[in-house]
Amino acid sequence: MIIGLNHYLVLSAILFAIGLIGVMRRKNLLLLFFATEILLNSVNIAFAAISHYYGDLTGQMFAFFVIAIAASEVAVGLGLLIIWFKRHGNIDLDNIATMKG
Amino acid sequence: MFEAVAFYLFAFLTIAMFYITVTTSQALYALTALAAGMIFISAFFFILGADFLGAVQIIVYTGAVMALYAFGMMFFDTTRDVKEKKSNKFVVVTLSTMIAVLVVAVVMVPMVSTNMEAFYPMIEGVGNTQTVGMVLFTKYLIPFEVAAIMLLVAMVSGIVLAGKKMDASLTLMSNNEIDEHEEKNKKVLS
Repeated sequence: MIIGLNHYLVLSAILFAIGLIGVMRRKNLLLLFFATEILLNSVNIAFAAISHYYGDLTGQMFAFFVIAIAASEVAVGLGLLIIWFKRHGNIDLDNIATMKG
Repeated sequence: MFEAVAFYLFAFLTIAMFYITVTTSQALYALTALAAGMIFISAFFFILGADFLGAVQIIVYTGAVMALYAFGMMFFDTTRDVKEKKSNKFVVVTLSTMIAVLVVAVVMVPMVSTNMEAFYPMIEGVGNTQTVGMVLFTKYLIPFEVAAIMLLVAMVSGIVLAGKKMDASLTLMSNNEIDEHEEKNKKVLS
């Protein structure tokens, strides 16, 4: 049995769907961040698979930049979350609606 | 054969771990399952011949990002069960349908297109890490530098945001001092 590009793309789509389910059903902001990490990782798998099966390194380059962006997103996001938790004592998404019109 | 066994094993493990991450009501279980899933994903990179990417995945994600989450969770109340969001049914259904169509379209593109050409083809007989270095430091030098500046900005902002009032130690104060400290914090922060 030979594993082709389609196997990896289907796996990537499944992981992306799991991440989206997490984004839609989570209320806690920290767990929402976890779900976004799943989304980024599923895209990385698709990039690496396409890079391998087409013999092109561009996919791996984009995967590196995605990892760099994920790292900086976590640093800034956690800093903001800590500030919010010190102020309000919780990190529920529904309470962060002060700018709602 | 070996590749197929490895692929299906790690696909099952990754899906199971990420499923636990999005469904569990304990934040610590979610963190642990996410870290395990990150490690399993690096196995795919090793199978695909992207050795350097696999090493970076382990070092950056499980070494840096997960450790950062673990330290960040010390600030939050993680022992409490996480309540689920009860949102509008119509919005959820519409968004899910749109996203499903989008995902199918994205996945179909490489399956349909047959005449793709390699911009930066892999060189025979040269290791993956060496090729990555050659392409990254010639063709992608500007994005690389921009990513470096972005990481620097993120580091500075993380220190500035999270580092406020870090010098005060609650364990060394008496109860009265803690109360005063809390009131002062409320005034400063709000």
